[in-house]
Formats: sequence, structure tokens, C-alpha cells
Amino acid sequence: MAVFIQQVINGLTLGSVYALIALGYTMVYGIIKLLNFAHGDIFMVGSFVGYYIIQNLNLGLFPTIILTMIVTGVIGVVIDQIAYKPLRNAPRLSVLITAIGVSYLLQNGMTAIVGPETKSFLSAFEQTPGFVNQSVSLGGISISMMQIILLSTTIILMILLQFVVQKTKMGKAMRAVSIDQEAAQLMGINANAVIAFTFLLGSMLAGAGGVMVGMYYNSMNPLMGAGYGTKAFVAAVIGGIGLIPGAVLGGYLIGMVEVMITAYGNSMIRDAVVYLILIIILLVKPAGLLGKNENEKV
Amino acid sequence: MKNRLRQGLLGLLAGGALLAAGCSGGGTADINYDEADTIKLGSVFAQSGEVSAYGLPQAQAVQLAAEEINEAGGINGKQVEVVEYDYGSEDSEAATVTTRLATEDEVSVILGPDVSGAAVASLQVANQHEVPLLSPSASLDSFTESGDGSVIPYGWRIAYPDSYQGNALADFAATDLNAQTAAVLGDNSSDYAVGLVATFTEAFPGEVVASENFTAGETDFSAVLTNLRGQDFDILFIPGYYQEAGPIIKQAREMGITQPILGPDGFGNDSLYELAGASGLTDVYYTTQFSALSANEQVEAFMSNYKEKFDKEADMFAAMAYDGVYVAKEAIERAGSADPQAVNEALAETTDFDGVTGTFSFDEMHNPVKTVTIIEVQNGEDVEAHEVGAE
Repeated sequence: MAVFIQQVINGLTLGSVYALIALGYTMVYGIIKLLNFAHGDIFMVGSFVGYYIIQNLNLGLFPTIILTMIVTGVIGVVIDQIAYKPLRNAPRLSVLITAIGVSYLLQNGMTAIVGPETKSFLSAFEQTPGFVNQSVSLGGISISMMQIILLSTTIILMILLQFVVQKTKMGKAMRAVSIDQEAAQLMGINANAVIAFTFLLGSMLAGAGGVMVGMYYNSMNPLMGAGYGTKAFVAAVIGGIGLIPGAVLGGYLIGMVEVMITAYGNSMIRDAVVYLILIIILLVKPAGLLGKNENEKV
Repeated sequence: MKNRLRQGLLGLLAGGALLAAGCSGGGTADINYDEADTIKLGSVFAQSGEVSAYGLPQAQAVQLAAEEINEAGGINGKQVEVVEYDYGSEDSEAATVTTRLATEDEVSVILGPDVSGAAVASLQVANQHEVPLLSPSASLDSFTESGDGSVIPYGWRIAYPDSYQGNALADFAATDLNAQTAAVLGDNSSDYAVGLVATFTEAFPGEVVASENFTAGETDFSAVLTNLRGQDFDILFIPGYYQEAGPIIKQAREMGITQPILGPDGFGNDSLYELAGASGLTDVYYTTQFSALSANEQVEAFMSNYKEKFDKEADMFAAMAYDGVYVAKEAIERAGSADPQAVNEALAETTDFDGVTGTFSFDEMHNPVKTVTIIEVQNGEDVEAHEVGAE
């Protein structure tokens, strides 16, 4: 039983990461129907930005996360303004291909800057902070301090996001644009500003994810975004792409399935099972698990 | 319609004739390599893309070695020119640039590619054009073997094949570590690791009680390690590269898996020490083709020159490529000519080559014969180099 609970905690931790990235995918899709394949790479950029912030400014974990979120948020907006905005009225395929291009640009640009080798995140610290190696033990179950930080930060960020989308004026505008962009513009909403704001939010979440993943797993490289990005994308689709609660549900579901298959099945077939579940869900419920819920499309 | 068909047929015929003409040209006999002002070496490594972490250090080491040779007066009185291509981690691109090196760039020897898949693809082309291809790090057992088990005449390598180290590790685990049982956690996405799992499992005299997998690029190993923690075994063997092995070791030690950990030469990078953390990296043993512990003047000079030029520590991959250039240099000197076929014949005569990765000769399968070094790491420090004889 203790082993099972331990695996549930492992699944929740991994699921948090997927959910955090899936949120960015789903928000951008919800608002401009774009599968932003560069999103996973923003997550990667977040990891490196965090690394260099710690190395050069010597900040603690939380200030680093906040500063990184600002940097990746700005990068997300800049990418939208330069690469996607000129294509607002172009066919969706053109924007999709541009997104793939941006993804390659980020991967190879980062490789050119920092080199292709896998780096240790903790080597940024002059002295490894104590909480990194701490863990809490409860009757055979051990939860590391980093797991607690990752889980709780993710949940706080999700609550904040929910607040922004549901309770603020900008959130209301986001929901309006996602339902009907033209009608929203007729009502006096600046659609471009709203879209930029969506990129800002999504990229901030990815940046936070990047720092925490780098720190928790102590590993980062310029291609890490592709792996997480794909899984997060699958999570967003399973939950119902365009739906915020769907991304969270999908993220935790995939994280949990991956861990449980490795724990009680065969680690060899883990990814195969994840994609099998994706196919089954798409066959049975093409809009995703929460696909019917239309009113929160952001 | 009819006309177009006829044109098409004519085109096909013409194309066929051209192709035949190209084939009958075959090798490189019509080029006089010794008339050129320089001796050209080809360099095919992944400097971008998925496997650039192994390719980039090698391409750099080749540049370094060539510069050193030129400063010391070149080969046979001629300066060395490196013709360098980045194959971007795509096997087909590796074969394309190898063709170019062999036919248009008129190189005497090709160094590279780094990983076995690309090396196999390139060797086929190089062999066809009769230009020797010396891969520093291709370790697939069958790399130099043609379909019928005979040696591919123009294929050479500096790294020992995977089965060498799989056997050496199994032997070391049973005799030096007195292990009766082993758990294996292997990378299922590379033929390198899959091959190592197979040789180790076969050669280990005890019992392999657990066999689990991970995939390159992953960072979360909590599930599989939680599983392993509940099992009883004497040693944990992790065939894979340092990118994943580092985090695995870190997470395993944090979870309280205290058994000795064994690894292949894929562990060989300084990043392993940072990724795993000093406290985690204890009781870890891995094979290496190059160790700073075996320091002699040659190794020290290589390490400091590399560090000075590229501002990072030389790893095993860099060391193998560096030796590759000097093996080629000796062969060209012995041949007294830069002609690829003469150089290829001279490569076979390489005996007791004394390089930074050790002293070796080539066997009849064009593999280096050298002892396998196993590094012992305690508290993040290399403490001892164990030698296990090559069989």
C-alpha cells in the first residue's frame, strides 16, 4: 500500500508538469485555434532562463520563478507579435507551419547559444540550497521537498489562472474572443491585445514549469521541450483542447497513467499505452473528455 | 502522349547510361592525391540536432589535432586541411556528405560519424568509393561487419565494440563486486543500450532479477525506481547515456537505493557528476575509453589544449576523435602517400598505437584491441581505475 501511495505521489508530480504546459497549449488553441508547437520550447527556454538568473543574480527559487515567468511571458508575446500576428487572416495551415518553424528556431537557437550537452540545473547555485535534498517521511512514504514545492506551486498557479480568466475584465475579454473573435471586436474588445495577453499567460506558466522541472530533475537540454511538449499536447487533446479544466485533467491523467503502467505493467509499453488512450478517447469522444463544456472556452 | 512516352524512355535510358558510367568510375583511382598541396581529412559529425552532444566534441577534437599536426610541420611535409560537415543528426545526410567527401572533396581519410546508425550508413558509401572511414565512437558490434560476417575493407573504429564492455562489466560485477543478482535498467530507445542489456544478461554468471526500461529524453524515473527499491538485488546496471543516467542515479540514491551502480562508457562526461550530484555519485562504476586518471604527459597536454581552445573539459568522445586523427596521420606517413587505398592498407598495419585513449592495435575485424578500464567513483570523485582484460 505504501508503494502504491508513493506511486500516486510520483504520478501527481509528473502530472503537474504536464498540466502546467498543457494549459498554454489549450489557451492559445481556445483563442486563435492555433496548435502552438513552439510552446514546449518556451518551457525549455524557461529552464535555461532560470538557470542563468540563479547563476548571475544569485536569487532564491521563488524570486527566480517569478522573474523567469516575466521573461518567458515577454518572449511568448514577442513570438506572437513577430511570427503569428502577420498571419492572423492566413489559412490555419500557414500558422501551424510557422509554429513548427518557431519551435526549430528556439531549439537550434538555444543549442547555438548554450551548446547541445545536457546541463545540470543545480550547478547554477554556488551552494545547493538545503531544501533540494530534504524529504518528508510518513510511514514508508517519502515525499521530497521539491515534489511538495512543484505540486503546491502548480496548484497555486492554476488557481490564479482560474481567477484571471473568470473574475477579471481581461479574462472576460479572453472568453469573449474565444467564442467569436469578430463579434468581440464589434463590442469594442481589442482582439490583438487579448491574444497577446493569452500568449503572455501561457508562456508564463511554461516558464514556471521549466524552472521547477530543471530544479527537480536537475537536468536540462535545448531539446527537452519536445518531449514534454508532445505529452502536454496529448494531455490537452485528451482533456478537450481549448478547455482549461480539460488541460488540467488531461495532464494529471497522463502523468498518473505513465507512472502506473511503469509501476504495475511494463515500462517498455508505457508510451504506447498513452497514445492508445489518446486514440480511444478521440474515437469515442472526439472533443476530448470535457469536450461538451462550451462556455469556458479560453 | 506517345511522344512524351518516348521522351520519357529516352530520358530513362540516358539516365541509366550516366549511372553506369558513374559506377564504372567506381573508386578514386583517377585522382592523384599526391599532387595536391595539402592532405585533406574529412570530418562528418553531428554538430546540431539530437546527437550533437556526442558529435560536437569530436568535431572540435579533430580541429585541435589537425592544428597541432600543422604546427608540428604537417604530414609528409604537407599541411593538413580538414573538410568539415555537420550532418545534423540525420543518417541520410551523413551518407550524402560522406559521398561528397569521397568524390568531390577528394579526402584521404574520413573521420566520423559519431553514432553507430549514421556511421553504418556512411561506411557503406565510403566503402563503395574506396575511401577509409574511421569512426571514433561507433560501437555497434556489427559496424565493421558485412552481411556474411567478413570485415568491411574500408571501415575502422577507435571505440571498442559494445559486447567488449558488456562482457567486461558482467565479469567485473561477479568477480570484483561479488554480485549474485543484478537489476538492469536500460534505455530502450538506442541499439547501443539494447545490445548492452543483451550481452550483460548473457555474460553475467549470477541471476538478473529485474529488467526495466526507460527512454532517452526522459527525466522522471520515480515510478520505475520505486519499483526497484522494493526488490532484492546486489548491483544495478544502467546501460544508457549520462543525460539520463545522471538523473537516475540522483533519484535512486535519494530514494534509498544504495546498491553499487554499473554503467557503460555512455556515462563518460563531466556532466554526469553534476547531474547525479556528489552525494549520489558514490559506489558507481563505469567503463571508459578515456580516463584522466591514467594521466601521462600526452593526456595532460590534450586536456589542457582542448580546454584552452574550447573552454570546456575534454570528454571521452573528444579523446577518441583526437586519437582517430593521429591514427590516420601515422597511416598516411607509413603509406608515404595520401592515396585513400594506400592509406587504408597502412591502417591495417597500425600496431601499438600510443594515444590518449590507451595503446592499441587493430584486429582482423578492424576493431581496436585494448583493455577495458572501469572507473570507480566515490562521493563524486574518481578514486580508482580498474583494468579488465580484453578477451
